[in-house]
Parts: sequence; C-alpha cells; structure tokens
Amino acid sequence: MQTAQALLLAERAAEIRLRAVDAIYHAKSGHPGGSLSIADLLAFLYFQELRVNPADPHWPARDRFVLSKGHCCPALYAALAMRGFFPVEDLNTLRKLGSYLSGHPDMKNVPGVDMSTGSLGQGISAAAGMALVGKREGAPYRVYAVLGDGELQEGQVWEAAMFAGHYRLGNLIAFVDFNRLQIDGDVRQVMDPTPIDRKFEAFGWYAQVVDGHSFEQIESAVEAAKRNGEQTGKPSVIVCQTVKGKGVSFMEDQAGWHGKAPKQPEYEVAMRELTATLEDCRKATKGGVCNG
Amino acid sequence: MAEKIATRVAYGNTLAELGETEHFYVMDADLSGSTQTAIFGKKFPERFINCGIAEANMISVAAGIASTGAPVFCSSFAMFACGRAYEQIRNSVAYPQLNVKICASHGGITVGEDGPTHQFCEDLAIMRSTPNMVVVNPADATETTAAIRAILRYNGPVYCRLGRYAVPVVFDPSDYKFELGKGNVLADGKDVALFATGILIAAALEAREALKSHGVDAAVIDIHTIKPLDKELVLSYAAKTGAVVTAEEHTIVGGLGSAVAEVLSENLPTRMARVGIEDVFGTSASAEVLLDYYKLNAEGIVEKTLRLLRK
Repeated sequence: MQTAQALLLAERAAEIRLRAVDAIYHAKSGHPGGSLSIADLLAFLYFQELRVNPADPHWPARDRFVLSKGHCCPALYAALAMRGFFPVEDLNTLRKLGSYLSGHPDMKNVPGVDMSTGSLGQGISAAAGMALVGKREGAPYRVYAVLGDGELQEGQVWEAAMFAGHYRLGNLIAFVDFNRLQIDGDVRQVMDPTPIDRKFEAFGWYAQVVDGHSFEQIESAVEAAKRNGEQTGKPSVIVCQTVKGKGVSFMEDQAGWHGKAPKQPEYEVAMRELTATLEDCRKATKGGVCNG
Repeated sequence: MAEKIATRVAYGNTLAELGETEHFYVMDADLSGSTQTAIFGKKFPERFINCGIAEANMISVAAGIASTGAPVFCSSFAMFACGRAYEQIRNSVAYPQLNVKICASHGGITVGEDGPTHQFCEDLAIMRSTPNMVVVNPADATETTAAIRAILRYNGPVYCRLGRYAVPVVFDPSDYKFELGKGNVLADGKDVALFATGILIAAALEAREALKSHGVDAAVIDIHTIKPLDKELVLSYAAKTGAVVTAEEHTIVGGLGSAVAEVLSENLPTRMARVGIEDVFGTSASAEVLLDYYKLNAEGIVEKTLRLLRK
C-alpha cells in the first residue's frame, strides 16, 4: 500500500471514530467500544475495497457488506454517510424517534445497508446466502461480513461456518473483530472462542490473523483471501486483532465501554482526542506522516 | 370417501411444477423426503439447497438469498422451521420484509407417533403475532396447490403450515378459487357459523350434516388465511347467525379461535366456542387416534356447537 493511501485511510478512520462517538453521545446510548475497534477496517472497506455505488445503493452487481455485529452500526453509519450514501448531518439523529438510523442496521431504511442485523449470529448466515446465490448465478460480487469475537459464542455462527465451507463459498470474506472484550468481560473468561483461526480452518475456511489497525496487513490479507477463494473455493476468515475503544484513551481495553454513551465531560475529552487525531491525520495527508 | 393426499405432497408437486417457469430457490434442513421438497431438488438441483440439520442458519441464509431478489421457500417440520428458528424468522425475515416463504410440514397434532416434541400446535399463534407475516393453513391438496401459487406471487414473508397426515381432498380443483386473506363460504346457514381452518374443514362439513338432525342450520366457512384475517366475512356471518364456533388443529390460545374472538369482541360481541387443543401438550399415538382423543373431529364440533346453542 502506498503511504498516501494509508494516510488517506487513517484520516477516514479518524473521522469515522469521531462521528461515531459524536452520534452515540447525542443518542445518549449506543456501543462505542466495538464501533471504535472496527473503524480502521470500515475505512479500508468503504474507501478502498468495496465496489459500491452511493448513487445506486441497490446496484445488483455491488459487493455486499453485512455487519453481523450490528450493534456497532454507529461506525458503519459514519462510513456510509462519509462515502455519500446519505447526509453526514443525519448521523446525530441516531436512535431518535423518526430517524432512519435505528439502534441496529435496518436494510429497508438505511441506504447502503445490505442486511438488517443486530441479533448476533444471523448476519453471517445471511452473508453466506448472498454468497451462495452469487456463486450459483455467476454474479461478479463478493460478500464481506464483520463478526464480533463474542458473537462467535452463538451456535448459529458455526452452522454458517459449516455451510460456507460445505458449499465452498470462495466469494465470502468474514472478518472477526477480535477486540478480546464482551459485555461481561474478557471473552476468554466468559466463554473462550479461541483458537478462532483453527476453528474456521476445521470448517474448511482459509484463515489469517492480522493487526486490525494496520491497513497494510488488512489489505494484503484481503488480497490473499480473494486469491485463495478463487483458487480453492474456500471462504476466508481474517481475524483482526484490535483494541476495543481504540482512539479514545479512557475507553481503550475497557469492557465497560461496550454499550454506554459518554457523559458530557467524558464526551468532551473523547472529542478533544479524536479531533486532535483527525487534525494530525489531515496535516499528515498533506505532509506525509500520521500518528493516528 | 374422497381421495386422501397429505398437503405436504401437494406442496412438493406444486414446487416442482412452478420451478419450470418461475425463478426461486428451495431450502430444506435434512427433511426433504418428508417435506417433499426433494421432488424439486431432484429436478432443479442448482436451485435447491440442503442446509443439514441447522434450521436457524437455513432461515438466515434464505434471508440473504432473498435480499438479492429471488424468492425462497424454506421447509422443515413446523416445530423446527418455526419453533426453533423463530427468532431468525422474526429478525432476519419478517423485520426486513424479505421474500421468504416458510412452508413447514408436520404441523399440528397429526404428526402422531413422534409425540409432543414434534407436535407443534402453537405455530399459527406465534406467526400470527409477528408483524409483516402472512399466515396460511391450507385444508387439502387442492387448496395447498392454489395457496402455494398465490404465496409465490405475493412479495413478502409468508408462513404456510402443511401436514404429514393424508387428508381427504375436499375441494374440486376445476372450480376452486384462492385469494390470500379471503375466506370461502362452503355452506350457508342461519343458526351458527363454523369457521374452520386446515384439516378441520372436512370435519366442519361433516358436523354441518350431523347438526341438521338437531335442527341446527350451520354455515361453514373456510379460513385458509389466518393473517390477514377476513374480518368482513367473520363479522357478516356473526351478524347473520349470532353464534360462532371456530375449529383448528392448533392450540385454542392465539390461533384462529383467538383471531376471530379479537375481531368479534371489539366489533360485534357474539357468543362463541373454540374447538382446538386445550392448552396442553400432545401425546404419542396415530393421527386418527389423536384426532378422536382431542375431539378435533365432527363430534367435537357438534358437541361444542350444541352446548353453545344450549340444545
């Protein structure tokens, strides 16, 4: 990946984080921790990888994206708005009466959302359905899905894993946001889903583990996943090692920030930090260096 | 006695026939021989998907397929397709209004010998309470064939209950008309209106004849669509007869009986009685024995009707 592209993606990720936290604050509820941990991945997907058309959200040949961990939609909504699917001004109507930006993604009302999700485990099955049709009908699209690490505790995820492996859905790429925390604490203490890569491999998938905050690593893993899918027909999982709450100092690595909104003083600190990161990124995009 | 065909058999044959001209997918969860989707699967393997014994995944995969534009029929036993995968139906199918038809066989008590773990008598209640769902319960092979055609034409989520047990063909295919949400008056009458659904239609027609000897002139109305309910028809026959009896192979909680009671109590309070499973689990026995045991038959309908009319 060219430095300029990495800088651009870092800037987009910083903006996703800022807009997601801002929306959650104004909603007075929501899920900041997991929204922040997937911001880099979403920046890569929406500003480099996905073939989508904001002017025609239902374009039949588009790549599909399913946020199986639907509660992290503040980050998805930010990415979609920034990509041009709907006005960024609408982001702060999140979770409010009359807004189309519900607490979990609604495909009927949010442009760019390909599947309604929120109940964990179901999105990855739906993604497999889209991939199966794509494969059987020779459609050009790929299907991308993001799962949570805690979500892997849902049995349906493994029904879907068996299904995708069995039907050799090489056009399916799932990311696991391995931020190591769920509502009740460390995923390994609540109900250990590891080894994640070896479990998927046992179901016939091609598995890779990357730093989920490195655009270079995400990019090369996605390229390898696509090659492997075309050659072997195996679906791919990319386990993204991430930091929950990434980008807001007091939220990082804290399970307590899974599903609550910051109060005003916390919000001010968070916005200060996220704005500083975004400004650094903007300077760097012009100058060539970013600490974000 | 008329020819006997299980509604699941009519379903399997209709799918295979429709597959020749219409584009849709069919899914099953390792019960394609029983649900009869195997007929379609053999003919159109590229549009058939066996999910193995994983109903939750099947329903959400169907949602994903439907999101690309193709209708999907999903089959398993009612207990698993609707019972086990209820939350997937609610959140992956009904909420986003996807074009998935859950056509569940082995509904009701006539599952028979497999016993209460497989006799799902709550499916119509559960599906009826779910927003965006259309709920259909055909009576015989003729009605099933017509219903499946109508269900495919309708763009949206549908639950259709089918049976394991071979039942008499009540309707003549040459003059049978099916419209989603519209009941069919099978016999007129002035003393009581018998609203029946599914395999209890045949029993209601039989009960009508028996009631004549008690001086009771009963109307028989086929309610194949539990939701949306044909409210106008219910109200007009309640007004005409002043007494209503419902009959269904389903718990009396939440199904046809409840749907009719809701409409009447708010619009035209009418004395009524419900024939159905009386809020209990079933038991193992043959379908014939169970229908008699739970009085899901003409005798049960006659008994409740006479008690209602104090005859």
